[in-house]
Amino acid sequence: MREFSYDVVTIGGGPAGMAAALAAREAGAERVLILERDRELGGILQQCIHNGFGLRRFEEELTGPGYAHRYVDMVKATDIDVWLDTTVLAAEPGGIITSVSPHAGLTVVRAKSVVYAMGCRERTRGAIRTPGSRPAGVFTAGAAQRMVNMEGYLPGKEVVIVGSGDIGLIMARRMTFEGAKVKAVFEIMPYSNGLTRNIVQCLEDFGIPLYLGHSVTAIHGKDRVTGITVSQVNDKLEVIDGTAFDVACDCVLLSVGLIPENELGRAAGVALDPITSGARVDQFRQTSIPGFFAAGNVLHVHDLVDWVSEEAAIAGRSAARHACGELAPSGRERSVMAGEGLRTVVPQRLSDFEPGKMSVRFYFRAAKPMGASLLQFWADGALAFERKLRVVKPSEMIVADIPVRKIGDAATLEFRVVPAPEQVAAEEEIEEEA
Amino acid sequence: MTGSFGAESLPESADVVIIGGGVVGCAIARELARFDLSVVLIERSPDVATGTSKANSGILHAGFDAEPGTWKARLNVRGARLYAELAEGLGISRKATGALVVAKNAAEMETVAALRHRGIDNGVPGLEIWGRDRLLDHEPNISPEVAGALWAPTGAIVCPFLATVGFAENAIRNGVQMVTECAVTGLGMVDRQIVAVQTTRGRVATRFVVNAAGLHSGEVARMAGDDSFTIKPRRGEYILFDRSVGQLVNTVLFPAPDKVSKGILVSPTVHGNVFIGPDAVDINDPEDKETTAGGLAGIIAGARRIVPALPLGTAITEFAGLRAAAGKDFVIGSSPAARGLVHAAGIQSPGLTSAPAIGEIIVEMLQDVGLRLKRKASFVPVNPQKPRFHDLDREGQARLVASDPLFGRVICRCETITEAEIVAAIQSPCGARTVDGVKRRVRAGAGRCQGGFCGPRVTAILARELGIPVTAVRKDSTGSWLFLSRAQLEAGEGVDA
Repeated sequence: MREFSYDVVTIGGGPAGMAAALAAREAGAERVLILERDRELGGILQQCIHNGFGLRRFEEELTGPGYAHRYVDMVKATDIDVWLDTTVLAAEPGGIITSVSPHAGLTVVRAKSVVYAMGCRERTRGAIRTPGSRPAGVFTAGAAQRMVNMEGYLPGKEVVIVGSGDIGLIMARRMTFEGAKVKAVFEIMPYSNGLTRNIVQCLEDFGIPLYLGHSVTAIHGKDRVTGITVSQVNDKLEVIDGTAFDVACDCVLLSVGLIPENELGRAAGVALDPITSGARVDQFRQTSIPGFFAAGNVLHVHDLVDWVSEEAAIAGRSAARHACGELAPSGRERSVMAGEGLRTVVPQRLSDFEPGKMSVRFYFRAAKPMGASLLQFWADGALAFERKLRVVKPSEMIVADIPVRKIGDAATLEFRVVPAPEQVAAEEEIEEEA
Repeated sequence: MTGSFGAESLPESADVVIIGGGVVGCAIARELARFDLSVVLIERSPDVATGTSKANSGILHAGFDAEPGTWKARLNVRGARLYAELAEGLGISRKATGALVVAKNAAEMETVAALRHRGIDNGVPGLEIWGRDRLLDHEPNISPEVAGALWAPTGAIVCPFLATVGFAENAIRNGVQMVTECAVTGLGMVDRQIVAVQTTRGRVATRFVVNAAGLHSGEVARMAGDDSFTIKPRRGEYILFDRSVGQLVNTVLFPAPDKVSKGILVSPTVHGNVFIGPDAVDINDPEDKETTAGGLAGIIAGARRIVPALPLGTAITEFAGLRAAAGKDFVIGSSPAARGLVHAAGIQSPGLTSAPAIGEIIVEMLQDVGLRLKRKASFVPVNPQKPRFHDLDREGQARLVASDPLFGRVICRCETITEAEIVAAIQSPCGARTVDGVKRRVRAGAGRCQGGFCGPRVTAILARELGIPVTAVRKDSTGSWLFLSRAQLEAGEGVDA
């Protein structure tokens, strides 16, 4: 087995891996390597041929491949090494990465810092236990997206979409463009799991009905799917008797959630957050194993790639500083709690601040939709910071910068989202997020 | 004299025709392949192991369950012994985990004690009664509210697909012709003697027919005017969990049995997963493999009796299988209505375990009704080993990639299955023809993402290796097309067309 040494290695060459590698190189890491299993860089962006990427990062609207190529070009302009068609088999503490490829065989890379950037995978029908038969024609929306956009084949002609995640919404529009009939989108929750702009641009603009509070109770068909049975659910998500109806279709696309693809981290013993299914990281995006960082959808599922790039740059810079011996040991570690109204917070813990640091950026997911709200930061049980939110949706990440002076040296740190008093919401102009 | 496998034309005649490419038919084919005979196996689906053989518990039963004196009792114990000898050479993954029948109270302790005595009558070796402490020591994740268990050290687990494919491949290597996508439409008879099998691919003249048609074996019997048995499909649902919780149980865990079935099991699989199931529901449609919300809830409740903390969040798939029940025992023997027709029917549990022993007994029965057997010197009892990248150490993996660069391209990331393994699964004598056929042979797509990432790539590899368009690649059954071309959609062609 051949052996190599690098300062920073990113596992994955999607938007997170590329941004982390670029930031690491800029921050002074001499030898940087991107390991990518596919035959090109860009990751899942390459199959996202629709618009809407990069409004924040590049201040213009790009396609997925367009956004990816901005980064591919930036990587090409550096001396960052890229190994394509290369699968990482293990990344062990100490930075020993074993990978395999058809051209180079089995290879060991010794890395001073490692950035996990493996992205996420789609939840499957099995994970949500949808009963029925198992015919052809049932696909996760992303797998179907790859076939349509990259291979040029269609998964069916009469389509039903289960779940209102963004990929499913995008695919509703794509299949309509391709000439298929998209009959409906069924979402078990009383609210959509996709971005509002996708509901409008992918469903409403094409007259595709979105059924909220509906669950698929059976998939039918022997060779090929012939239809599904759907029922309404109550507020405990239990099926309401007598509400069942059938929808004929020859294709079911599932868009029922994304899960960080974290098996390498789990195998290495990285501490995980059971809610995000990603690593527990500090503000440097360092995991519980020193020298191992995480960014992008492998850390927590994002709704905008722009935030992925930004977060990966933090991880990449931190990885470079660790490789150069400049990242101080984490010192006193403090947990950050997602309290009332919130499901997740990243980073989940804080290490000692760098000198001169003014603020820390936090990313949140709300537990449920709310109207005008207050994002609150509580330090040692006292309200230390508050910001207004015009509207709160679980599908849209909340991002907030908290001044370091507000955090101070409090031992317990907790965020909450609470309904805003009405007059506050009415009186003040409230900034919109993401 | 290698045989063949595929949707090809039938020969005009054969010494023996086997109907059905499940584990039983394939084990019979492999047994017959020892002799100087022309043997044809016909299978309705594009692949072997697509009926009862693909959706079952994958357990090699020790043999304490069946009533002494039945075919089940006799063939189970013999079959379990044969697997121990055959598995490695045929490439059948098998793990000698042992099995436990868990008793929750004093009454159930009496039940398991009675099972032990029955097992001794059936010739099952090594049966022991364990107390609570020993049981909890062996299985720390089960309910503390247990009284003890029956320990059966010869209980084991096996991959049912690899068992079927292993028998089939060896049969083909030794000359058997397997014709797929070929359904029986009638049996030709003259004076109550079988003379031919009529199929959707034409007629094959033969004087000996083995009915191993599983759920459809009653219909095949009826074609010969034989109504000596009927098949009642009995559905069982399962939930399979990810390998990340593979440590949940070490052994096959049965609850103390009731009258209807062996109860809801919690068991490891040879590939490191865990499953729960099956229930037992009599149904009418021999194709109805739908899982139901009630059925899944029932097996979850049943499994929780043994393992209260089920990791439901790690479920990766649910499926239903159908057992071909014909009464209390297997239906094995010559048809009372047609000379030359031998049944291997009504093979419910412990059918997978019994399969190689059924193969032996059917050959004897064919001889009894006049088939002349002459052993052939050229019989090779084993299949060449197929390297599994994931199972090797780093040096072994490095050697594989050096031997064939396609071992360096991981297609299925969940299970670490390389392109070389997928190509080998397609190109082997009993090669995969469908996406699910690849999954059953090498586990590409059998992991936590269920083919979300590798499905499109496996489809492309199948199209390339089989020399067919992507639109002709199927999931599993004959009509299970996966993708349409844009031209087909524009022309208004349906995937069902």
